[in-house]
Amino acid sequence: MKKSVFLGALTVAGLTAGAAAAGTLDDVKARGKLNCGVTTGLVGFAAPDANGEWQGFDVAICRAVAAATLGDPKAVEFVPTTGKTRFTALASGEIDVLARNTTWTFSRDTDLKFDFIGINYYDGQGFMVPKSLGVTSAKELDGATVCIQTGTTTELNLADFFRTNNITYTPVPIETNAEAQPLYLEGACDVYTTDASGLAATRAAFENPGEHVILPEIISKEPLGPLVRHGDNEWGDIVSFTFYALVAAEEYGITSANVEEMAAGTENPEINRILGTEGDLGAMIGLDNAWAKNAIAAVGNYGEIFAKNIGEETPVGLARGLNAQWKDGGLMYAPPFR
Amino acid sequence: MSDTHSQLAFVRTEMLAQKEPPAKDKGAVKWVRTNLFSSWSNTILTLVAFYVIVKLIVSAGPWFANGLWDTNSLSECRAILDGARGACFSVLSERWQQLLFGIAYPSDQYWRPTLAFVIMLVAAAPVLFVKLPRILLVVTGLFPFVAYWLLWGGTFLTPLVSLIGVIAGYYAFKNVERFGFVLGLGAGVIVAAIVWKIGGALTASMDDVLALRAVASRDMGGYMLNMMLGVVCISLSLPIGIMLALGRQSHMPIIKGISVVFIEFIRGVPLITLLFVASVVLAYFFPPETNMDLILRVIIMITMFSSAYIAEVIRGGLAALPKGQYEAADSLGLDYAQAMRLIILPQALKISIPGIVNVAVGLFKDTTLVSVISMFDLVGMIRGPILASTEWNGVYWELYGFAALLFFVTCYSISQYSQWLERQLRTDHR
Repeated sequence: MKKSVFLGALTVAGLTAGAAAAGTLDDVKARGKLNCGVTTGLVGFAAPDANGEWQGFDVAICRAVAAATLGDPKAVEFVPTTGKTRFTALASGEIDVLARNTTWTFSRDTDLKFDFIGINYYDGQGFMVPKSLGVTSAKELDGATVCIQTGTTTELNLADFFRTNNITYTPVPIETNAEAQPLYLEGACDVYTTDASGLAATRAAFENPGEHVILPEIISKEPLGPLVRHGDNEWGDIVSFTFYALVAAEEYGITSANVEEMAAGTENPEINRILGTEGDLGAMIGLDNAWAKNAIAAVGNYGEIFAKNIGEETPVGLARGLNAQWKDGGLMYAPPFR
Repeated sequence: MSDTHSQLAFVRTEMLAQKEPPAKDKGAVKWVRTNLFSSWSNTILTLVAFYVIVKLIVSAGPWFANGLWDTNSLSECRAILDGARGACFSVLSERWQQLLFGIAYPSDQYWRPTLAFVIMLVAAAPVLFVKLPRILLVVTGLFPFVAYWLLWGGTFLTPLVSLIGVIAGYYAFKNVERFGFVLGLGAGVIVAAIVWKIGGALTASMDDVLALRAVASRDMGGYMLNMMLGVVCISLSLPIGIMLALGRQSHMPIIKGISVVFIEFIRGVPLITLLFVASVVLAYFFPPETNMDLILRVIIMITMFSSAYIAEVIRGGLAALPKGQYEAADSLGLDYAQAMRLIILPQALKISIPGIVNVAVGLFKDTTLVSVISMFDLVGMIRGPILASTEWNGVYWELYGFAALLFFVTCYSISQYSQWLERQLRTDHR
């Protein structure tokens, strides 16, 4: 029986070899599902709930793209990936989009042949230490043992930071954020370093969050964003502008609650163009004119996604900071829809 | 002479009643003296052990006793406990289904893996216990097909066609076998393939016949995935391991060469590397969109790995047999297959039981390594989704303790069975 499955798989492999060259959008439509790579679990960003439904800040991007392309935010096959398997999963075509708090770097974009389609979260690497250690600045961490996730940019930033400040450290390599937590609490490492958003989420889960401080130094720029493969720019455009539609929706006050009402037509031509009541932006990227409306109706605008998953009302409790709209002093800035 | 007795002062005429043994040589006191305080060093060890046990009970007792079973999140647990030590077992009562079946298995279909598990116990029984009626072996033979249908769903015709193919192949093999073993094997494979092809074509349009809701491999998870991988890989690797062991002892250079290279290569590579190959590297060799089932890839890799180890264990058993046994088989006029089947393997396998069980238990625990290639097995579920949920971020002991308990129960049963089997098969005169 297993053998027949195996042989069948080989035959299918041979038959479909020719069809692989078609565009990603056509593949997704033919499949009726979007294959979206997410993390195996990061508080607030992606995790399945008690019913097995994926929830989170990155997950919302997947759902928005599925709503824009297929009209159904539930038509997503979530593929959990680790820090080590994520890029091969995307490069080999197993997934169409990777929305997995991945830092946009030069070599990932060029050498690994991916396209980052935007930045959905501006992060930076920070340090957390127990208050009892009496450290007030990261520069006082000479000789410290540091818990650090392997296979990430944080590992390289850490080495750079300690080298430039001419101090030493002992790394304690760990696989996931969940593993770091008990190690840090039991004192296996003096310092835990990861993206500041991760530190906040981790600290929020402690029994006594007040006994730990996040040091003021942010030692790196971590622009986190979804990415697609090089070479299919039409698909890249779709994912990119689905994301920017969510950002623009916040700017123009379109929410999941009022999107239907606004789609009936408004005074503002920009809103009308986004929601497809004016012009034909959807046709330009090969989608239905209601693509952005579907996406916003499914997951809400950028601000809603932020507030629901990682905002100050949630246990993660992150402030908007750099991720506020440009009008509010942040960096979220969508190109004009025209 | 007759009045000798009258000259003696006292003669006892009845037996003395048996006396109680001294207090220090009977009952609990004796047991304590001989087992716990028989010497100075033992006394010290006893006291230390006693201290540790008390310490453990005192520290872990309240943790269990204060355990909460019906809160909705860790923070709620902490609020209720209010600083007292206590477990937050609520994570188990809320997520036990995910721990057992994974996040994506449809919850109204949980009866299917459960039923498959029960049938597995029935199917395994006649193999494990020789005294049970042989008719139960029919269940064993049908089990793989029924289990496949139950777990993955879809139409019943798919496993049915596979089963018919296997039976047809077996009869073809039986009928051609007298012209030679290899010829028979070839005929069996060809007939089975033809049946599968025809059956596949016939049933292609009948997807709804006796159909259960189809569940994708990606949606399998939790302890169910560990069990599936463990059971399938152990049962597949045993026959393959036997063939490899015999191949390695063969006088035919090509067969010997293939066996040696396979065994040495697989044993020289860590399992985790093979798993990464299965999940990551293989994806490059197939064109995109062909998704050869990830579970199938993993099963192939783990089976290869464990069959190499089992082959070496069985080779040890073969080497332990005196040369006389081989010569005796030859002198009876048995051919190779008969000699192996009737004389050599029954003895060699008996010697190998502890080693085989060792590999099996180790393999079963190694199935948790699939969590590293982002499959949500029991450990993967804990490491990934559950610890990353906002409600349960920070619960460790309860979850890992639960996983340890499940694995301990399974592995301890396997080990107890193997010891029982060894006693059953003991033929020496001790």
